[in-house]
Amino acid sequence: MARDMTDKEILKMELAQLKKEVDTPRTPVNANCAETVAYVEELSPNDPLIKGVSDEKNPYKGDKGGCIIT
Amino acid sequence: MCDQTFVAATFGPCESCGNASPLMNIYIKTDPINYCSFCVEMMACEGLQRGETLATLKTESQSLKKRLDEERNKLNDVELHQVAEKVEVLGALSIKTKRVLKGHGNKVLCMDWCKDKRRLVSSSQDGKVIVWDAFTLNKEHGVTLPCTWVMACAYAPSGCAVACGGLDNKCSVFPLSLDKNENLSAKKKSVAMHTNYLSGCTFTNSDMQILTSSGDGTCALWDVESGQLLQSFHGHTADVLSLDLAPSETGNTFVSGGCDKKANVWDMRSGQNIQSFENHESDINCVKYYPSGDAFASASDDATCRFYDLRADREVAVYQKDSVIFGASSVDFSMSGRLLFAGYNDYTINVWDVLKGSRVSILYGHENRISRVRVSPDGTALCSASWDNTLRIWA
Repeated sequence: MARDMTDKEILKMELAQLKKEVDTPRTPVNANCAETVAYVEELSPNDPLIKGVSDEKNPYKGDKGGCIIT
Repeated sequence: MCDQTFVAATFGPCESCGNASPLMNIYIKTDPINYCSFCVEMMACEGLQRGETLATLKTESQSLKKRLDEERNKLNDVELHQVAEKVEVLGALSIKTKRVLKGHGNKVLCMDWCKDKRRLVSSSQDGKVIVWDAFTLNKEHGVTLPCTWVMACAYAPSGCAVACGGLDNKCSVFPLSLDKNENLSAKKKSVAMHTNYLSGCTFTNSDMQILTSSGDGTCALWDVESGQLLQSFHGHTADVLSLDLAPSETGNTFVSGGCDKKANVWDMRSGQNIQSFENHESDINCVKYYPSGDAFASASDDATCRFYDLRADREVAVYQKDSVIFGASSVDFSMSGRLLFAGYNDYTINVWDVLKGSRVSILYGHENRISRVRVSPDGTALCSASWDNTLRIWA
């Protein structure tokens, strides 16, 4: 647990982690962002929070209709 | 032989601390070392290799961090909002409060949707955990935990159980039964045991395993049936405040964020920390994976939300504004990933355009800070939990 470790042990743990991370394979931001944008473009026309949902289909439509108690 | 007099064959500057004093000539694995007796003792007590002190470890750490940044910057040819320039600007959103769920007696700290898209579970400071039907506002189940500050709750994928925990340092699982008269507390099963508060919990793809994060700085994977610890994840140097599982069926990674300002991505099978990001300037309150699984966002007390791309291994967007000065406590994406909903401590929810980096809308309504925002599984609604004792459904 982090609280029980001395500063030295924490630093050593961080060092070991950094050494591993410097070698991780990376791809350029340009390609990844383009993919992200494409992903979003494809899905956003169907996003209910963006395009809105018609009142018939919306389960949360306002309680504008009252109920009549006879 | 005489005891106190040590043989001082040389006098000169110590190779470790640099002070001039009588040196002890010793050998470490056939390497001759000339340290003064003080440094030798220090070395022996702390089990360090030659030349290691707190200072040297720190400098090595700094230089590695710099190298890591350089490697990451090499691939930083463009920003996300530049790539997204051609994307159409979003029209005005018509998101309004459609339901207010009242019933908790104290601050609502956490909530989670059920996969059936209409039920949700929420937990509060007074120890109560309530299962609601969001369409009808019906309270279907209620449990009272013996501890206060139930900071984490989660719905099982099957919809048949809920997990919750907080200051009791445990995560307990309650099977939900249809029988209203049944006392749910009796069927409680303690699954996780940490040495500090439970800050987050989530079921993995099945009801059988739970992933938890805790104030003791670790995350852990547990088997629900036996309560056994399957894997533990060490790496954070302070409390872990949030975690999120990667969305895909086969995915076995998760991301966690903590008070050490780091967001770490872990491999669930090996327990290894695969990637780590230290861009925030303060505690990370919430992390959430992007619907595509290749990115994640984090919300922090430094009033910014950041977006990280996992394949590029770097932060690609920061969502901030000079007028936003309160910490962000929770984030979630809309179904398509175009919108980022972030709940702040100034009682509002800001809606950000993920691609362009601009704020699209502000949702007002709560009367105290937002503790959690979650989009429903089918993307039709957003639920927010707040310290004003209510939950609001926005659609």
